[in-house]
Amino acid sequence: MSKAIKKNTIQLKFDSARVYEPAIESKSAAKIKPVYDLFINGKFEKPLSKKYFNTINPASEEILSSVAMAGKADVNKAVLAARNAYERTWKKMPAAERAKYIYRIARMIQEKAREFAIIETLDGGKPIRESRDFDVPTAANHFFYYAGWADKLEYAFPNRKAMPLGVAGQIIPWNFPLLMAAWKIAPALATGNTVVLKPAETTPLTALKLAEIIQEADLPPGVVNIITGAGDTGANIVNHADINKIAFTGSTAVGKIIQRAIAGTNKKATLELGGKAANIIFDDAPLDQAVEGIINGIFFNQGHVCCAGSRLYVQESVYEQVIQKLKDRMETLIVGNPMDKNTDVGAINSREQLATIQRYIKLGNQEGAEMYQSACALPKKGFFCKPTIFTNVAQSNRIAQEEIFGPVLAIQSFRTDDEVIEKANNTAFGLSAGIWTDKGSKIFNLTSKMRAGVVWANTYNKFDPTSPFGGYKESGYGREGGLHGLFPYVKLV
Amino acid sequence: MAEKINKEKDCSTFGLRKINMIADKKNIAIPDFRHTAPVDQVGVEERASRFTKRSIKKETKLNGLLLALNMIDLTTLEGKDSDGKVKQLCYKAMHLHDAYPGLPTVAAICVYPSMVKVAKAALGDSGIKVAAVATAFPSGQSSRAVKLSDTRFALANGADEIDMVISRGKFLQGEYNYVFDEIAAIKDACGDTRLKVILETGELGTYDKVRKASEIAMYAGADFIKTSTGKISPAATMPVTLVMLEAIRDFYYATGKRIAMKPAGGISKSKLALYYLVMLNEVLGEAWMNNHWFRFGASSLANDILMQLEKERTGVYQSPNYFSID
Repeated sequence: MSKAIKKNTIQLKFDSARVYEPAIESKSAAKIKPVYDLFINGKFEKPLSKKYFNTINPASEEILSSVAMAGKADVNKAVLAARNAYERTWKKMPAAERAKYIYRIARMIQEKAREFAIIETLDGGKPIRESRDFDVPTAANHFFYYAGWADKLEYAFPNRKAMPLGVAGQIIPWNFPLLMAAWKIAPALATGNTVVLKPAETTPLTALKLAEIIQEADLPPGVVNIITGAGDTGANIVNHADINKIAFTGSTAVGKIIQRAIAGTNKKATLELGGKAANIIFDDAPLDQAVEGIINGIFFNQGHVCCAGSRLYVQESVYEQVIQKLKDRMETLIVGNPMDKNTDVGAINSREQLATIQRYIKLGNQEGAEMYQSACALPKKGFFCKPTIFTNVAQSNRIAQEEIFGPVLAIQSFRTDDEVIEKANNTAFGLSAGIWTDKGSKIFNLTSKMRAGVVWANTYNKFDPTSPFGGYKESGYGREGGLHGLFPYVKLV
Repeated sequence: MAEKINKEKDCSTFGLRKINMIADKKNIAIPDFRHTAPVDQVGVEERASRFTKRSIKKETKLNGLLLALNMIDLTTLEGKDSDGKVKQLCYKAMHLHDAYPGLPTVAAICVYPSMVKVAKAALGDSGIKVAAVATAFPSGQSSRAVKLSDTRFALANGADEIDMVISRGKFLQGEYNYVFDEIAAIKDACGDTRLKVILETGELGTYDKVRKASEIAMYAGADFIKTSTGKISPAATMPVTLVMLEAIRDFYYATGKRIAMKPAGGISKSKLALYYLVMLNEVLGEAWMNNHWFRFGASSLANDILMQLEKERTGVYQSPNYFSID
């Protein structure tokens, strides 16, 4: 703080920006059952493992529900159900009929949007504004989009016949639980595959709510099976001999294990793994909007975003100005109860993740970087972390190299285009990047040189079902979304 | 906590020193107005719509409504304005709705120069200011001599604030120096009287130009920058106001001098007014959250706020017939 004053900067006061009267979304608008079983063959069934585990609200540490732990026998049962559904009904069904089911699921997500948003926020800790305005509508859109493709595959792959693969084993992360389920299930169904899906152990509830919808939508039993559990359950799915395709979104470490496990088998795979995206601000950029993009890039969903803009590169001539604006903007972020409609930054997803983030914050300080956190007060209960930025970061610092998966930003300055291209690509990851400049030609130059699957120009964290998403290098392979998202689920003959 | 108090103390003394320094005008470096900060249309509109996602309830809503009421420049700018109408408006400004005890007054009333005398007399010592639109309002299509004499006429009649219009034609021609000099000349004529500079953003066409015009006005001596005359559509919008607030912030960063803001035209509902206050609060902070630094130029907003206040007080909406139309 004293440092800022020495640099002759004026900081605006924002204490009043954080004191809106609470506007709490009502919990009672959503129904969460005390116990959830496994959704296999169109029914909720008790686990053969007889084991259950609790899922909690990370903002209050209260137990929300008890969820079945699928053991090996349960996975076998789910895969068998999916296989039978594939052979007996789903692969034979006319594509236009498949589309109707997918369309129906999309409509029902829209109808129950409020309930989904509440459960997503309670279970995962993200602000209700985000689950309401982003997660749920984007998930519904994904189903709508792929419903449209189901009977048009011959146009997606001209002069080829697109055949389904069979049973897809899908394992999804805890950062966008419903949306990731949509990303996985929608293209699989559209192309005629059946599904065994496992949500993350900290956030299983919206996937189970989706299972209820799927039941209500009268999807033929076994076409979608949703089983809950932890890493072992995931491993059992990956190693199951009767699975034809693995779709995984999660950490790079687990992605490598999966890759090893399926080596030498016939299983197709898409892996969407970690990231350490560079967000690059040139001196001719619209700075106020760029600052908004930095905020959105790193503090959206508490930074639990694989494509988060976690490395910021600012051109030297506007560096001081951008940092000053960024700090003032951070002071207006409202951190707290995710169920409050005014909350901008909610709860960290789990105690473990909070510990990881705190370890990296400590590391950043040890590495000699200069930390700034917004002055907000944190709730006493629950897992919370202040929005944090580090300046004076070196490319060799671990906070600039490793994925933190939290609201922590590592900032460096640069002078020339070549320098920033080199630095931005100097990472094991390659999922996304952001470029901010008023000059169109610079955008095209940079986008062609970024080794990243998605490059945003003058915006950040924009998603659309029509746009493919996926990584380079250790950020994985395969694309989800758009026409490209069909390809991993078909064999072309 | 201790660190925080220090921070605030340091900031304010620092700010003060800057302002003193600014009083010596030679110290402000005038930038090259051909190269002002670019604005991204998509980004600014997205950001502006984010403010409308705030949920304003209970105490915050009540305080916001009262504050908004207190920030209104109650306006009548018609060829058919009469002394009687202006007097009525002045009475309304002082007694917004006597059925509701303890209401604030509006900030000012805004009239043509010919009505300033009547308004001044009607408002007496109420503390409500009289703002006069001058400089060949609303088009500004006249000579500098006429504009200066229009301004002096308003001042001589006792105007507390002058609302001038910029020469949009010259601005769009790229004659930034002309626009700058004109504002500076009017400010010179105003002396200590606060000058509002109307950019007429509806005629400028892009956010980049709004930003440029804002900077020209502020560096030329504007005390307020104001979006619109109310005679052109579109008038004030949230994104346009956001661009201007950000220009004010950057000017404050650069010079330590606060500039006031007045969106005018098109803000007739209390909900929208509350979103403007949210935006003001989150872009410029609490120092701007009063009628010295922020105004709404509006004629029908007051009644909508009164209606909302009565609804908050009694729990039911009342018929518009219960609120006077002046």
